[in-house]
Amino acid sequence: MRGTRLGDRLLHIYTWIIIVWLSSPIAVMILFGFNDKQSKSNTSWQGFTLRWYAELFDIPDLTVALRNSLVVAAASTVITVVIGTMLGLALGRHRFRGQGLTNFLVFAALSTPELVMGASLLSLFVSGNVPRDATTIIISHVLFSLSFVVVTVRARIVTLDPSLEEAARDLGATAWGTFRQVTLPSIMPGVLAGAMLSFALSIDDYVVTSFVNGSTVTFPLWIVGAVKTGIPPQVNVMGTLIFGVGVLIAVGNAVAARRRR
Amino acid sequence: MNHPPMPRSRRDAFRLAGLSAAGLALAACGVQGQKAAPPKADAVKDFWSKQTKHGSVVFANWPEYMPEDKGPLEKFKQATGISYEYKEVIQENADFFGKADPVLRAGQPLGYDIVVMTNGIQLQHMIELGYVTPLDHSKLPNFAANAGQKYKVRAYDPDNKYTVPYMSGVTGIAYNTKYVDEEITSIASLFDPKYKGRVGMMADAQEVGNFAMFALGIDPEKSTEADWKKAGEKLKAQRDAGIVRKYYDQNYIDAVSKGDVWLTMAWSGDIFQRQLAGEPVAFVVPDEGGTIWTDNMLIPKGAANPVDALMLMDFLYQPAVAAELDEYVQYVSPVPAVQDLLREKAKTATGDDRKSLEDMVDSPLMFPSDADYARLRSYTQLTTQQEQVFNPIFQSVTQA
Amino acid sequence: MRRLTPYLLALPGWLWLAIFLVVPMAAMASVSLQTGNAYDGYAMTFSFSNYADAIGRYSTQMVRSILYGGLATAAMLVIGYPVAYWIAFKGGTRKSVYLFLLLLPFFVSFVLRTIAWNFLLSDNGILFGTLKGWGLLPADFHVLATTLAVVGGLTYNFLPFMILPIYVSLERVDPRIVEAAQDLYATRAAAFRRVVLPLSLPGVFAGVLMTFVPATADPLNAQILGGTGNTMIGNIIQTEYLTNLDYPTASALSFTLMAVLLVGIFAYARALGTENVLEAAAR
Repeated sequence: MRGTRLGDRLLHIYTWIIIVWLSSPIAVMILFGFNDKQSKSNTSWQGFTLRWYAELFDIPDLTVALRNSLVVAAASTVITVVIGTMLGLALGRHRFRGQGLTNFLVFAALSTPELVMGASLLSLFVSGNVPRDATTIIISHVLFSLSFVVVTVRARIVTLDPSLEEAARDLGATAWGTFRQVTLPSIMPGVLAGAMLSFALSIDDYVVTSFVNGSTVTFPLWIVGAVKTGIPPQVNVMGTLIFGVGVLIAVGNAVAARRRR
Repeated sequence: MNHPPMPRSRRDAFRLAGLSAAGLALAACGVQGQKAAPPKADAVKDFWSKQTKHGSVVFANWPEYMPEDKGPLEKFKQATGISYEYKEVIQENADFFGKADPVLRAGQPLGYDIVVMTNGIQLQHMIELGYVTPLDHSKLPNFAANAGQKYKVRAYDPDNKYTVPYMSGVTGIAYNTKYVDEEITSIASLFDPKYKGRVGMMADAQEVGNFAMFALGIDPEKSTEADWKKAGEKLKAQRDAGIVRKYYDQNYIDAVSKGDVWLTMAWSGDIFQRQLAGEPVAFVVPDEGGTIWTDNMLIPKGAANPVDALMLMDFLYQPAVAAELDEYVQYVSPVPAVQDLLREKAKTATGDDRKSLEDMVDSPLMFPSDADYARLRSYTQLTTQQEQVFNPIFQSVTQA
Repeated sequence: MRRLTPYLLALPGWLWLAIFLVVPMAAMASVSLQTGNAYDGYAMTFSFSNYADAIGRYSTQMVRSILYGGLATAAMLVIGYPVAYWIAFKGGTRKSVYLFLLLLPFFVSFVLRTIAWNFLLSDNGILFGTLKGWGLLPADFHVLATTLAVVGGLTYNFLPFMILPIYVSLERVDPRIVEAAQDLYATRAAAFRRVVLPLSLPGVFAGVLMTFVPATADPLNAQILGGTGNTMIGNIIQTEYLTNLDYPTASALSFTLMAVLLVGIFAYARALGTENVLEAAAR
């Protein structure tokens, strides 16, 4: 079995290579958060400083934009995960009328170009006289994340053995009890993956948001606008902090997992 | 109400068309036409005579386009008692228009009293679709007194009927002095086979069209359809010869400062920033001509506080205020007196501040010379019909 | 009650899709058949020729987009599957940590990622500049502004969307089944092909659906990383919509794109051995 172990080790290294590859631009971003730049442009290295960390909140609009993004991402992720998991369950576990159509809609939401989705949502809101603000951003983010959650959850459900749930019910569990104690734990990896995907989709979205935001500005929107005059290093610092908090959560999780074992 | 009162039924039709608005209409109703008749002078006067100061104003602008302490706006507040909301909500002219169109088409207010847009296709759409409130120049004394002559005569908005400039910039040629060892003076260099694969052109139809016309000795402000076709051919030949690396939007600037392209069409303000950062880039207005573009302030249709908006626009034309703004923004101010004010300030400043102020005052990128101005032209002025000819000619080159 | 369950489960999702997707799409379908311009207004003329015109003008970009999207999806599958496999079977208690780390770079704005990539991949930057300095690359070697850059960018930006669903379906597979299969089929490769791969197919299908479709429609990578002759259909839709205000053409192109993608996914489901794409998606 030596060959097997070697293969596993190689795959382990390979996985880390992919993680490093995906994170490589982040290293540049972090670096330029320490750049002691002399003009507005922050693209060539000019020396080390901690100034931008001290002046992190000196650009009030940027701070607000970041906060808006976090609120929108959190809210839309929660909503998407709940209704997406329900829809995924219905599609993956049940037979019902309109199933084909529902599948088609899930596909359609996935394949609508972002620009078209943004523009058509805006027309809808305008014609319904709905003011554009954080709420309309959340509604739109739920729409484009929904399919990702549905598809991920469904891919999980279809590999599950339905007899487990039947057994639970035969043993006298209620429908809700069966769901909570049998179904949910077994689809949890899918739900979690869907949640992470929809958070990433939301916090990074520019195109759709730029249509439905009204005068609410999110982090990506602010940055795209600032490209015209030069992106301030505080943006890098904020990106660094988001990334840093993420790594801390990951490390904390890993440590906790080890303790549990 | 900020627009002439509309019959009720027509407004309902607009509301219905709202669903269609950004171009998406229900089968039966279609999208309403919006072509605006030029406002009658009386109607404009009449409109303004009914407006009063409300004590608040909402200003929509691009990020990083106002000092972080909002100094000019604070001074405005002290001087007039008008409170302001300043929103950095504009990221791209096209995106902003895409968002504004359905709202304004439905007859709803945008929620901003002043909006800043670059002259170009989208601004022209705004004006032609009747989305912009004509200005009352009797309330713009500082503009009349302090704006440079060049900023009062602009092809895209003659007599400043709808807009006044916020900041200007120039489209010229930037080159990386590490790789280009000659002095670039001519647009011909952009078409020179010896720079094969090292030339950046802009993706925007009006920008790229202007430069091809300069190269052919055509004045874009007076160009005809035949000229555009010639220009399109010239650009196509340039592309097919492999000279162009890429048709850029904003990210040409990184490409030239790192040497991915050696020379490129460029906007003056960007290059100035890179020079201050010590990067090896030079900027030149070519002998054949360069393009001057302007970010303009306008009052959108349905704005709640037009009088307050007008007062703020005018306030920004006080030389001291304009100087404070330009010291931060570092583009070309429409107020020529700014140069002298910054020069005075440099004399009293010390150290790094003094150095950077002196750099600004001496920079042709912030204060173009008269000779530069003489070579500068605006974008080609296009009617709706012309646009449908003009755009495809150049888009078929840049978006192949 | 049991019979009502799927309807109740699907209801919120249905409402969301019906209000925010179906209504606007119906409107868009209508616009795609209208003629006129933004100033004089558009009128319904049932001009199906809009489709013929749009496809005729932009068939090059349409075909190119599908090609790029397909290449990127294939690359993602090859790169991503082993990662999903290792995390699912060997990730131990830290499975979700690995997934989280894979996705974390995408919590930071694409503008910052793009600027960083331009910095790293610049012709004379820290990577290629150094290699050129050592004489390992020809002086005019470049990656930015090429087809490779666009396909690479798509691969990079959508990779987690391939890895996660594959992981989700693999994680379900009991390692003991794999071991038993290895005993049964003698070689690891055979065990993988006969047992693991079939069990992961729903995840692969989901992954391909979630990457191929958005990658083909994506305008950003071509815009930022491409050169001349790399324009994708997403860029064209954007220009027609925002610059030319040609809403009928933009709508017709969007529908054509969706139809083409649907056909592509259908063909792919067939190749996987499923009779019906909607069935495949439902199972």
